[in-house]
Amino acid sequence: MLETAHNLILGFSVALQPTVLAYAFIGCIIGTLVGVLPGVGPLAGISLLLPATFGLNPIIAVVLLAGVYYGAMYGGSTTSILMRIPGEAASVMTCIDGYAMTQKGRAGPALAIAAIGSFVAGTGAVVGLMLLAPTLAAFALRFGPPEYTALLLMGLFILAYMSGGSMLKTLAMAGLGLLLGMIGIDTMSGYTRFSFDLVELGDGIGIVPVAVGLFGISEIFLTAGQELPPKVQKPKLRELIPSREEFRQSVGPIGRGSLIGFLIGIIPGSAHIISSFVSYGVERRISKHPERFGHGAIEGVAGPESANNSAATGAFIPMMALGVPTSPVTAVMIAAIMVHGISPGPLLISQQPELFWGFVASMYVGNVVLLILNLPLVGLFVNLLRIPYSYLWPCILCFCILGAYAVNNSTLDVWIMLVMGGVGYVLRKFGYDLAPVALGLVLAPMLELSLRQSLAMSAGDYRIFIQHPIAATMLGIGVLLFLFSLKPLLFKGRDWREKVGLEEQQG
Amino acid sequence: MAVTSTTRWGGMRSDQFSGLMLLVLALYVAWEDRAYPIGSLQEPGPGYMPLLLAGFLGVTGLLIALWGGKSARLASLRWPGAKRTVLILIVCAVGAAALEHIGYRLMMFGLLVFFLGVLERKSPLAVIVASVGFSLISYYVFATLLQVPLPTSPWGY
Repeated sequence: MLETAHNLILGFSVALQPTVLAYAFIGCIIGTLVGVLPGVGPLAGISLLLPATFGLNPIIAVVLLAGVYYGAMYGGSTTSILMRIPGEAASVMTCIDGYAMTQKGRAGPALAIAAIGSFVAGTGAVVGLMLLAPTLAAFALRFGPPEYTALLLMGLFILAYMSGGSMLKTLAMAGLGLLLGMIGIDTMSGYTRFSFDLVELGDGIGIVPVAVGLFGISEIFLTAGQELPPKVQKPKLRELIPSREEFRQSVGPIGRGSLIGFLIGIIPGSAHIISSFVSYGVERRISKHPERFGHGAIEGVAGPESANNSAATGAFIPMMALGVPTSPVTAVMIAAIMVHGISPGPLLISQQPELFWGFVASMYVGNVVLLILNLPLVGLFVNLLRIPYSYLWPCILCFCILGAYAVNNSTLDVWIMLVMGGVGYVLRKFGYDLAPVALGLVLAPMLELSLRQSLAMSAGDYRIFIQHPIAATMLGIGVLLFLFSLKPLLFKGRDWREKVGLEEQQG
Repeated sequence: MAVTSTTRWGGMRSDQFSGLMLLVLALYVAWEDRAYPIGSLQEPGPGYMPLLLAGFLGVTGLLIALWGGKSARLASLRWPGAKRTVLILIVCAVGAAALEHIGYRLMMFGLLVFFLGVLERKSPLAVIVASVGFSLISYYVFATLLQVPLPTSPWGY
């Protein structure tokens, strides 16, 4: 404990240096802008900034990119709440009740609770990262291929369980995403699959063009077809203060969301996306009035927003301590560190204490900066949305093209983004949820590798998944949730998922 | 004949149609997967997982179609912005194809002139200011300040 405190003092001595502080601030502002702009998520933002960090020292580079990452988590809630456009994938769940609150004239409190929840969760997660990192990292080290397979399958089962009355459609979309993830070189055999003789597809389909296409472009296509553009509410500062009742209703979800997000964040996968889904599902499940969800329940904003910020911080544990990227974003950040000749892993903390503890301390600073940015200055950021929609959508579309192209300097990525935009447009018209597609794409390589390694370990015996206690527990939870989700299909009775009409809200 | 065909498709339910489309996609993937070795349970090959997933997608697609009897009629789905969407897609695709030939700034300028001038019918001055401003400022920020390599035209733009 004393050692931790000593290290934290070292970290603050690094993080409070004027240059580091300035870059943390710049990162937070860019991140908030990235989060606010629909279609430009944290991955695209970080990828765009990556080349700009090559000339910086590694501490500043990591602090800047981390600021963009969790800044986008904060900022992503703004467009979700005000326009029902998720600035990034983790804000998808916030759209449902956040936008419903906006329609009821409660946009201000929704934004305030999202910012407060993000601050509490982000700060709490940094404390957790600092205190629990060694223990949790040791636990995650016990994960072998069967545990990873079970973990990823559990994530998909949870996704099916939380689907709004159409578990089959959610599963189908997850399957579609997993299939998209099969494109490219098979890491175990070296075969190039489904590449249609395009060399660039050898590396597979990137998450950036798919996510930007599915969420950004399809939204533009849908709104471009509306006779009236979406209205943007511009809450004033005095309208931001939530009522006493709203505060009371948010305390539990913020606490649970922070814990759920942190625990999920340390597990490989698209943690910040999954955590917001799980948090929303948990809040709706334990609510005495689940029918309020989808119609402006503040718990539906507080929980997911806390969870995705907590998960974003939690995701740094395996990244820093094990050198394992838990998401595409952390993969890009590892690349940013490695450019400077530093390898993240178990030796990083002892060999580069200034980097690790400076990074931890900068997150405390960053959370304060973001709270300041997101509460009093929310009106300033919302000004971006005051631009007439007829000017805004062409600019967003151009940003999407720029973002998709700049990641790999590849025109093919722009084509993929456009195709995904068209596919997303059609799927949304047919009432399909698109988040599982993006999730499946990210999880596919990990799922395939761990499944095939598990089967190789057990000589093709599928019982390996129940012989390993951790894997069996996770699979058990997943299967149980899956069976629960089958109930409305097999019996005519309507359950809570149908009653809240989530799918209708998302469509 | 065309009317009969339209009526037949229009009589379908939206979930039946989308479920069947997913089934067709799954069958296509399974067909394409023939090129890769499936391997064995002990040593799954590169074709193993895609086949498993194609089967999964096919089954869920079939179930969506079977359970889709009460969904909205296919003919009742409205596509108010479909023509505009297709137009935007085509223009963006042309822009993407031209990006590395005419450079970032000219491509963005062209796209914005089309979107703002042709689709949104803004005044010529507004179109020019917005198009030139966006293409130059975004290039300056990303290519000059952030040093993100963006293509330029043979004429240096």
